[in-house]
Amino acid sequence: MAKPVSRRDFLARIGLIGCSLAASPLLTPVSFAAAPWDTRLVVIILRGGMDGLDVVQPYGDPAFKRLRGSLALGPEGGAYDLDGYFALHPGLAPLIPLWEAGQLSFAHAVSTPYRDKRSHFDGQDLLEAGTTSLAGVRDGWLNRMLQAVPGVTSQTAYAVGRSDMRLLQGEAEVANWSPDARLKLSPQAVRLLELVTETDPALHAALSEAQLLSQVQDDAPKRGKSGHVQIAEFAAARLSQGARIAAFSLNGWDTHSAQSRSIDAALKRLSETLLTLRGKMRGDTWRKTAVVAMTEFGRTARQNGTGGTDHGTGGLMILAGGAIKGGHVFGDWPGLGDGNLYQDRDLMPTGDVRAHAAWVMRGLTGLDRHVMESAVFPGLDMGTDPGLIL
Amino acid sequence: MLSWACYTANQGSKTVRNFDPELAEIRFGYGLSPLYDAPKNVARMLDGLTGPDDMQRAFPIEPFVKFRARMVEVQRQNAIRRKNRGTELAAAARKQRNVINQEARVAMFDWLGQTMLRRVHTQTALRERIVAFWADHFTARGKRGVIRRGTSPYIEDAIRPFITGRFDDLLQAAVMHPLMLDYLDQTRSMGPASFRALKRGPKKAAGLNENLAREVLELHTLGVDGPYTQEDVTQLAELFTGLSFDARNGFKFRKDFAEPGSETVLGVDYGEEATVKSVRAALRDLAAHPSTARHLASKLAVHFVSDTPDPALVDALEAAYVDHDGQLMAMYDVLLNHPSSWERSVSNFKLPIDFVSSALRALAIPKDAFADRDEKWIRRFFGAPLAHMGQTWERPIGPDGWDEDDVAWITPQGVAARVSWSMAVPVRMIEPLPDPRAFAELALGSFANEAVRFAASAAESRPEAIGVVLMSPAFQRR
Repeated sequence: MAKPVSRRDFLARIGLIGCSLAASPLLTPVSFAAAPWDTRLVVIILRGGMDGLDVVQPYGDPAFKRLRGSLALGPEGGAYDLDGYFALHPGLAPLIPLWEAGQLSFAHAVSTPYRDKRSHFDGQDLLEAGTTSLAGVRDGWLNRMLQAVPGVTSQTAYAVGRSDMRLLQGEAEVANWSPDARLKLSPQAVRLLELVTETDPALHAALSEAQLLSQVQDDAPKRGKSGHVQIAEFAAARLSQGARIAAFSLNGWDTHSAQSRSIDAALKRLSETLLTLRGKMRGDTWRKTAVVAMTEFGRTARQNGTGGTDHGTGGLMILAGGAIKGGHVFGDWPGLGDGNLYQDRDLMPTGDVRAHAAWVMRGLTGLDRHVMESAVFPGLDMGTDPGLIL
Repeated sequence: MLSWACYTANQGSKTVRNFDPELAEIRFGYGLSPLYDAPKNVARMLDGLTGPDDMQRAFPIEPFVKFRARMVEVQRQNAIRRKNRGTELAAAARKQRNVINQEARVAMFDWLGQTMLRRVHTQTALRERIVAFWADHFTARGKRGVIRRGTSPYIEDAIRPFITGRFDDLLQAAVMHPLMLDYLDQTRSMGPASFRALKRGPKKAAGLNENLAREVLELHTLGVDGPYTQEDVTQLAELFTGLSFDARNGFKFRKDFAEPGSETVLGVDYGEEATVKSVRAALRDLAAHPSTARHLASKLAVHFVSDTPDPALVDALEAAYVDHDGQLMAMYDVLLNHPSSWERSVSNFKLPIDFVSSALRALAIPKDAFADRDEKWIRRFFGAPLAHMGQTWERPIGPDGWDEDDVAWITPQGVAARVSWSMAVPVRMIEPLPDPRAFAELALGSFANEAVRFAASAAESRPEAIGVVLMSPAFQRR
């Protein structure tokens, strides 16, 4: 399918034009292969604060076992030895073939500039804003990246799922859709809805986009599939056609207690998501793809009193796809010994998660460093190229 | 005891000059009803908060003290299973436990119906709105097993009886409630030097869990911009050690979990003795903190009036809280007597559950509308659609509750789900559907415009016409 459709044609077909062309905020042409680059970027926001020290365990650090107690598995406890120093949590074992194929990497001890209050909600807002403070920021960094390149259409980037993705909010048009959303309306109902919402631009725009996207979606997801698998399938389908960017969330990382159990479900969702993306992308799309998974903060270096971990600072970023340089644990490891922890409590952040994201985007799109450091992530110093992209 | 009597309205029966009965229902209630008259003035609205609780009587929801019996029964069956592993007795107990879990799930959807009916048939809709506001402020849900179904019972016990008293009492009721203690991992948090921790020895991990302490400071009291540090979080977590519950008796203070020694939170030393009294003292001080006044004032104004409320309204709410020692009625009084609360430009976008509630109210579904509906039906026409709209029933994403930001809800996928529900579900609730033109006037009152009137008459079918009216901006916003 995927025949280019202009938005104007589309609106005319469903009868929106005529009523209120001027009021319709979405008038740019829609086509499915217009972005000026051919690589694909998937950004996954891991909400709740993923415990990077559990996911990629620094078992080679002498302090690790002492701090972590029962959570410190290491290779003896079933974690997969990545490089003789770090080991992968058994919950991500399904991803070992990706690691071996050079399509999986990690960046350790990274964080946003967010410090000390350790609030999920401000932490996530700052992660998605991509700035150093939340004051006055209304858009997200991925949207600002779209604003900086020509040829972006309303379907270059997709925010997928039921919840709002702030990192894609802003001036540049993006598509928001959930694979389980449906809208089947008679032409007359469409016209009347258009008419009654004319005075409300936001509602009107959402409705027009819903009408558009419900028709673009080619096949209904099979009933009974989990939400994250549906989302990954939907993203894979869009990215295999015209879309270049997809962003969505995975929840469930706030493991305050009984973490050895509670993190498994989240890791399972993550590995199923990545494997579904790879499995469902068509042609050589996966080869051109970089997946970046990031979280609002890491968790305390010490295991807490209830077999879990509390809110911390330095965390972990996960990179996957055919376009990334696989098989590496990137980052400047600060150590966990006495005096090395942030506030004697958290993994010391030694890298800015935004710099890594910026290098990935620069590697994928060739976007100018200056644009990254001034417009996308204002005030960021990207530092030297860690070589995340092939 | 906790009543209006503690607070004397400073406005008496005088009503703010631009009071508007329609807005009273739309902005401060669940919309216009063809069955019940809108309140005539502010005094009536305030009185409605403290009068007899007719809706609680007419549409009962199991209180948590009763809900606990389900938890006790699950524990009993689990004990039988453990004692008789591998036998038929264990298999029977397992089966019985599943029955209890299933019954609780059915009950949860039954309470969804009861909550809706309260909102449809109330003549004091502000009361239901304020209960929902505080239930969201103190968002909680059970984590594992049968307690996951206990949110409505929690609201019934810990929120509803306290909405007209002092914030301090509401805070204590919510924070020390079993459901909250379970949700924010408090029950297993142990002082590192507590009797229990020392008994366990260094081999077995024992210590603090700071989840509840952090959220009390960040969400329930001071707000994230409040003057607290990580050290205050840790100290409060130490002070909270011992807060616990058991299924049979409810709240309980476990002295053996409590950290000995004194804790200092925001510069106040709460003494050597590890008792529930010092926890209450700390909560009282947090409730009385100026940052809490500011935080609550801002939340109330944003929730009820606009995402960008008149700063004078926020200031007035804050002053009411401070001047009246945290009496919530004083805040409601100010809220309802402020001119900016009555401006006719509607802006707040209804959250999905409120949208659905107000649609049912406009449709005047009868009191027995859910009587012969099974769980599957309620899930299909309410549970699943609400999830698609982005607000899964009693499954908030985090302890910060649902997003107040309108932009978060006006998404294509969320709006698509609203349209689908509006056109498909009313026809299953009401037979026959009302005349769409009359319905537009009833549902929107003087907010109806020519476009809606035309659309109501021009739709191809009655369900579509009703759906279009429900999707009009005048119905979606408040």
